[in-house]
Amino acid sequence: MADEYIIETFDLIKRYPMGRQELVALKKVNLKFRRGEFSGVIGPSGSGKTTLLNIIGSLDTPSSGSVVVLGEKVETLTPYRSAQLRRRHIGFIFQTFNLLPVYTVFENVEFPLLILKVPPAERRQRVMAALEWVGLADREKSRPNQLSGGESQRVAIARAIVKQPAIVLADEPTANLDAENSYHILDTMVKINQELGTTFIFSTHDEKVIRYLRRKIKLLDGAVVADKHAQPSGRET
Amino acid sequence: MIKFIFRGVLRDRTRTLFPFLTVAIGVGLAVFLDAYLRGTTDSMFNTTARLVCGHLMVTTSAGAHAGEYATPELALLDVTPRQQELENSYPEVVWTPRIRFGGIIDIPDSTGMTRAQVPVSGMAVDLSPGGIEHKLLRLDRILVRGKTPRNTKQILLSEQLSQRLGLNPGDRLTLITMTADGGMAIADFTLAGTIRFGITALDRSVLLDSIADLRQTLGLPDGATEILGFFKNGVYNDRRAINISRHYNARHTHPDEFSPLLRPLREASGMGQLIDIVANATGLILTIFIIAMAVVLWNAGLINSLRRYNEIGIRLALGESSRDIYLSLLAEAFFIGLLGSTAGTLLGLGAGFYMQRVGLNISGMMRNATVLIDDVLRARIAPVTFFIGFIPGLFATLLGNAISGLAVFRRQTAQLTKEFSE
Ligand SMILES: Nc1ncnc2c1ncn2[C@@H]1O[C@H](COP(=O)(O)OP(=O)(O)OP(=O)(O)O)[C@@H](O)[C@H]1O
Ligand SMILES: [Mg+2]
Repeated sequence: MADEYIIETFDLIKRYPMGRQELVALKKVNLKFRRGEFSGVIGPSGSGKTTLLNIIGSLDTPSSGSVVVLGEKVETLTPYRSAQLRRRHIGFIFQTFNLLPVYTVFENVEFPLLILKVPPAERRQRVMAALEWVGLADREKSRPNQLSGGESQRVAIARAIVKQPAIVLADEPTANLDAENSYHILDTMVKINQELGTTFIFSTHDEKVIRYLRRKIKLLDGAVVADKHAQPSGRET
Repeated sequence: MIKFIFRGVLRDRTRTLFPFLTVAIGVGLAVFLDAYLRGTTDSMFNTTARLVCGHLMVTTSAGAHAGEYATPELALLDVTPRQQELENSYPEVVWTPRIRFGGIIDIPDSTGMTRAQVPVSGMAVDLSPGGIEHKLLRLDRILVRGKTPRNTKQILLSEQLSQRLGLNPGDRLTLITMTADGGMAIADFTLAGTIRFGITALDRSVLLDSIADLRQTLGLPDGATEILGFFKNGVYNDRRAINISRHYNARHTHPDEFSPLLRPLREASGMGQLIDIVANATGLILTIFIIAMAVVLWNAGLINSLRRYNEIGIRLALGESSRDIYLSLLAEAFFIGLLGSTAGTLLGLGAGFYMQRVGLNISGMMRNATVLIDDVLRARIAPVTFFIGFIPGLFATLLGNAISGLAVFRRQTAQLTKEFSE
C-alpha cells in the first residue's frame, strides 16, 4: 500500500543560526509512523521535540531532508497549502490550552469545522459528538474562563478531533495539569485512538504520558537515540 | 463564519468598544463641525445679505461702480417689469427692491423752528406688514420703541440717534434729500418707532422708510437703487449665484451705464475672498480631522492586533490561512466602522439638528461686536453632512485595520508553539 506510512521523515535536519555558529536542533531524523499509532517523542528540554512536531505539523519547514505527511511533501507546500493540510488533517493540542476566550466551549470546538465550511446542522452534531468524547457535552455553553485546567484541555482535545483528523499532535499536553487530570485526558485520547483510529504523536517528558505510549521515540540533542515499541502500562496504581 | 466573527466582536467589548467610540466620537464631531461651520458661515453671509446686498443684487452698472456711494441718481428704472423678469427666470429666488439714499433730517422745536439737523443714511423698502422685508430686516425684533409704520409718511429711525436727539415716537421731522435728477427734495414725516440692529455702523444713523413714500419724494416712480434677491431656502449658494449672474448679465449687455448688472453676494459684498477662505478652511479642518481619526484608528487597530496576537496564532495553527484571517479582520473593521459611523453620524446630526432648530444664543458675547453676525448661532445640516463623517469614519477604520492587520502575514507559524507556551 502506498500510504502504508502516514508520516515519513527522511534525513530531517533543522538548523538555527546562532550568531556566527549555528545550532542543529534536528540531526538527520528518519522516522516513519503508521496510521493509528499512539506514539511519543521523549527527551529532555531542548532536545528538539517541539521542532520535530512543528515540522510534521507543517508549522515549520526543515533546513534539509524531507517530510511526507499523507503523501504531501511538507517542505514544498505554499503557506496556503500547508494551512490547508493543517485545517483538514492535523489536530493540535498545546501545552497551554489556547482556547479562544470570547467564544463558548461549543464555539471553540466548532471553529475548525467553520473554516472547513461544514454546514450548520452537521457542525452541531459533530461538535456535540466531540464534546461527548471528552465528557463535556453539558458544558457547551460555558466560557473558557469558567473551566478548570483539565476541562480546558479536554475542550482542546475535542477541538483537535472534531474534524476527525488523521493525525493529532500533542506537545506536552499534560504539562499544566495535575496527575488526576493528566490521566483523565490520556484515557480520553487512548479511547479516541482506539475507536477512531486517529494517529497520535506526543512530545513529552512526563512519566505519566510515557506510561501510556505504545511507541517511545527518544530524542537527544536532535538525534533519535531509541525507538521502541512497548506495552503501555497505563495509570499508576 | 461571518456570524462567528460578529459574535466575537459583540462579546469582546474591550476590543470593540474603543474603536467604536473613537469612530463614533470622531464622526460625530466631524458631522457636527460640518453643520456648525455651515451654519456660522451662513449666518455671517446672511446678515450681510439681509442688510446690505442680498444673495444676488441687481443695480445699474454705474451704481455697481459707485458701490456704497451710489445715490438715487444712479437708480434702476422700470423696476416692476425687471423684477417680474427676474422672478420668472429664477424662481428659486425672491426679489425685493430697495432705495439707499443719504439725507439730512431736520427736527423742529415747538415753534416750528429748526432745533437740530443731522445726516442720516436712509434705506427705503417695502414696509408692508406681511411683506418680505418684514422678515429680512426682522422688523419685529429690531423695533425698540413705537410701532412699525402703518400709514404713509411714517418712518423708523435709529434708537441711538433718536435718544441723542430726544425724539419719541409720534414726533414730527423733515427729511431733506436730493431727487433723482439732482434737485432738492423735502418731505415731512412722523416718527413711527425706533430701531436697533445691534450693528454699530448701522445704528449710528439709519433711517427706514417705505419705498412707496420715498419714490414719491424722490420723483422716481418705479425706481430703486437695487433689487435684492434671496434664495428661498435661505441659504447662499455661491455656485448657483455665480451662474445666475452670468446668465442674467449675458442677457443684458447694453453698454449703457444705466443697464442692469446682477452680482452675486461674493462680488457685491467684497466677501468673495472670505467665502473662498471659509470654503477652504472648512475642507481643511475636516481633512485634518479625518486624518487624525485615521491615525487614531490605525493605532487602535495595532493595539487590537497586539491584544489578539494569541487568538490569531491559534487560528493560524488550526489551519486558517493568513489571507482568510486578514479578510476577517477587515470584515470586523467594516462592521465596527459601520456601527461607529452610524452612531457618530446620528450623534452629530442630533447635535447639529438641535443647533439648527434651537440655536445657541451668543448675544451676550456679541454685545460690542461690529461684525455682521447673528445673535443666535445656528447649524445647518446639508445633504453632505450625512456623509461627511460617515464615509471617512468607515474608511479610516478599514484603512487602520488594513494596515495593522498586515502583521498577520508576518507571523511565523513555526513560532506559534513557542508563543503559546509563554
Ligand atoms: N527559533 C529558534 N531559533 C533558535 N533556536 C531555536 C529556535 N527554536 C528552537 N531553538 C533551539 O532548538 C533546540 C530544540 O528546541 P525545541 O523547542 O524543539 O526543544 P524541546 O525538546 O521542545 O524542549 P522543551 O522540552 O523545553 O519544550 C533548542 O536548543 C532551542 O533553543
Ligand atoms: Mg517543546
